[in-house]
Amino acid sequence: MKKVAVVGYAQHKILPNAGALNEVELIMPVVHKVFNDLGISQDDIGFTCSGSCDYLQGAAFAFVEGLSAIQTSPPIKESHVEMDAAWALYESMLKIKMGDADTALIYGFGKSSPGNLDSIISLQMDPYYISPLWPDRVSLAALQAQILLQQKIITHDEMMATVIEARNNAANNPNALLTDHVSEDLYQADSLISSPLRGFDCPPISDGASAMVIASEDKAFEFTDNPIWIEGIDHSIESSNLGSRDLATSPTIQNAITNLNLKNINFDVAELHTQFSHEVPFLRKLLNLTNVPTNLSGGPLVGNVMMCAGLDAIGKTFQSLVSDQSDHGIAHASSGPCLQHNMVVHLERHK
Amino acid sequence: MSDDQAPKDYKESFIHLEYQYTAGSATTTFLNQVKEGRLVGQSCPKCKAVYVPPRGSCPRCGIATSIEVPLTDKGCVESFTVVHIPIPGNPIVPPYVCAMIRLDEADISFLHLVQDIEIDQIRIGMRVQAVWKPKDEWTHSLENIKWFAPIDEPDVDVSTLRFKPS
Amino acid sequence: MIQAGVIGVGQTNYDSKRRDVSMAGLVREAIDKAMLAADIEWDAVDAVVLGKAPDMFEGVIMPELYLADAIGAVGKPVLRVHTAGSVGGSTAVIAASHVCSGQFKTVLTVTFEKQSESNATWALSPRYPYSPHINAGAGGYFAPFIREYIRRYEPPEHIGWKVAAKDRQNALKNPLAHLQIPGIDEKMVSETPMLWEPLRYLESCPSSDGACAMVITSEDRVGSRNVAWIRGMAVRSEGTLSAGRDEVNPQGGIDCAKDIYQQAGIQNPRTEIDCAEIYVPFSWYEPMWLENLGFCDLGEGWKLTDEGVTAMDGSLPVNMSGGVLSSNPIGASGMIRFGEAALQVMGLAEDHQVEDAKISMGHAYGGAAQFFAMWIVSSTKD
Repeated sequence: MKKVAVVGYAQHKILPNAGALNEVELIMPVVHKVFNDLGISQDDIGFTCSGSCDYLQGAAFAFVEGLSAIQTSPPIKESHVEMDAAWALYESMLKIKMGDADTALIYGFGKSSPGNLDSIISLQMDPYYISPLWPDRVSLAALQAQILLQQKIITHDEMMATVIEARNNAANNPNALLTDHVSEDLYQADSLISSPLRGFDCPPISDGASAMVIASEDKAFEFTDNPIWIEGIDHSIESSNLGSRDLATSPTIQNAITNLNLKNINFDVAELHTQFSHEVPFLRKLLNLTNVPTNLSGGPLVGNVMMCAGLDAIGKTFQSLVSDQSDHGIAHASSGPCLQHNMVVHLERHK
Repeated sequence: MSDDQAPKDYKESFIHLEYQYTAGSATTTFLNQVKEGRLVGQSCPKCKAVYVPPRGSCPRCGIATSIEVPLTDKGCVESFTVVHIPIPGNPIVPPYVCAMIRLDEADISFLHLVQDIEIDQIRIGMRVQAVWKPKDEWTHSLENIKWFAPIDEPDVDVSTLRFKPS
Repeated sequence: MIQAGVIGVGQTNYDSKRRDVSMAGLVREAIDKAMLAADIEWDAVDAVVLGKAPDMFEGVIMPELYLADAIGAVGKPVLRVHTAGSVGGSTAVIAASHVCSGQFKTVLTVTFEKQSESNATWALSPRYPYSPHINAGAGGYFAPFIREYIRRYEPPEHIGWKVAAKDRQNALKNPLAHLQIPGIDEKMVSETPMLWEPLRYLESCPSSDGACAMVITSEDRVGSRNVAWIRGMAVRSEGTLSAGRDEVNPQGGIDCAKDIYQQAGIQNPRTEIDCAEIYVPFSWYEPMWLENLGFCDLGEGWKLTDEGVTAMDGSLPVNMSGGVLSSNPIGASGMIRFGEAALQVMGLAEDHQVEDAKISMGHAYGGAAQFFAMWIVSSTKD
């Protein structure tokens, strides 16, 4: 099987409300940026895949509009997942491994500002029993936070430390949406949204887009001296029935640890698609990352572009490995309530 | 057993979501002109294709359409259909003509209505011009044009309209 | 590249309202049939690929989350594809890519639409505050392209009726098909009300509930099973409002077909392909796609239809199952084409089987005739 490397990544500045910018106007600059960085064009791309959600835009087939940002003459090999663009990366990787393409462009985009994200995301649940209750995303996350706290898997202090650290790290991320420092006092004074989650424990409503280019081992060095190899990638999903899940652990993360042989790897950096503060200490413990610098970008707590934040975790890990000349990075993408669907990516810079 | 006592195998439940749509900056520029009764397209700096209404990009080339191109409100019917059935949420009473209107100098068409002519007289290639609403009703919408109506000019051979990049 | 094959196809019966099942029940019905046909158990399934058209058709966002249990994906990778109307086809291609990449041995793929749970015409007609409300549904969108085809090549009016009657006659031999119209003929079609000129009521597809599933596996896992070998597969896309695009004969369709013919070593599709399931939601799309797919020269497609070449007993039967004109659960409609193509070369198409079918084609398109997915399946590996 062909090895696949990440060779380029670009992210739009995360905005609280992109206002007049439509999807095309968000996507096109990041696609051009990643192309320009590599000195390539759409003609060099063998497969294109995107991730987005029609319901965020409030129109069926909204993803079709996004395609207008891409050069499609002559017609291109292209597909779309109604998922985070991390899964568009996954699909693209399969296309390269099977030899259908040597390179792929992946992009994700999402605007949460036009609608009510809490209402929209509650339509992810079982439509007969759960969605009619309109459970919002924060309350669902709070269920897991409560269990983790009660079982002493994480502590309130760890949640607070996560928020403070995320804001501090955001200072190094020019695309971050929230960069204000949060003190312990400020955190403690913040009101609860859904116990035990305070406002600071939740991600901001965000608009944005990102793009990535990956390449086969035959092509990667034509584009860059610094390809970052996808050494391992694994994802799986859990039951939709929250009552049948053990929210104190994550079998899908455990699967990934086993399938990717992660136990004995010393990671230099980690970026996790953790939308809520309690998810950071939880996943760091599960993935044995307690001493690994995690979410140096600030992570989703300082900017959380729906359908893109998972791809961003992979992109930020790629950037860290390139700029720090470090060797092993781990990235995580997630989907669904209470981390139902998880992807783990092991990225490696070969010496 | 009366109908309302019969067991029902489904229940209607409505999902109400509100959105604040944004048109995008290219379309916003276009709509600001439409508000003043003008049709202004945008052209691709590379292949020169003229888009109206502009969406801000040329999907041929994958680049932004930055150059504004004022257009007339005359064009031709590139193709059309006569709609005979009512469409949910659409206030127009059938039958009516829904046509692909290609404005002069534009390289794509858009859907609009054709009226002021017997339906069986409408044909591909027919020359038409916009019929505008009274000026005091103009808003940020192509609905400022009530419909397109035929004008007394020779038909166009639509096979000559296909865009060729310069 | 690792070769992959279809070892099981499962379909629900198609109907306007499948109120006897939930969404989960609907997809599971197709999956159970596919797995029974493939003779595999759940532990053999390495990944699941789910496809459907817009979430707004049912009001469930990212339904792989809610359906994780019903589709047997718990503990496994699952991918959700959405490429508009072509999605059933592109989902099959992506499922097969899971196998051809070498990452997985056996993949379950399922597509569905339960349109009765929402209002598809509403979902297809977003009311942007700045656009005129002249949207007239899918038929209103495609009818002008059909009229332009008729302008170019001047086929007689009855071609559309003929396709509509032929596909519904085929549907009478497929007990799963939604529309079962005894005695259907050209005259009956021609007497139905005009909807979107030149399309009459019976020249248009229905709106259906239904699901279609397939099991795709790698050559080393096939064993002694009956298999439809995937000999070529491809997707192509073009931008909706791209200047110079020919909506009547889109370049994306031309390129996609050439790609699969090349992969399958087909020089002359007209003589080498035994039968085809082509995405024809409106009658006139049969001749239009015959030309686009290279079965004949431009302007000759309607003659193939008129001469009965595409009929069940013709030399290139098209839409033996009744096609999209007889059953249209949008998200699954493409996969039904791909699955029915597989059934033909497996010899499992029962009453609508084409005798001695060895090579068949599955085709799907979507969006503004801008998204294409196709495959060639064969009873032999090479």
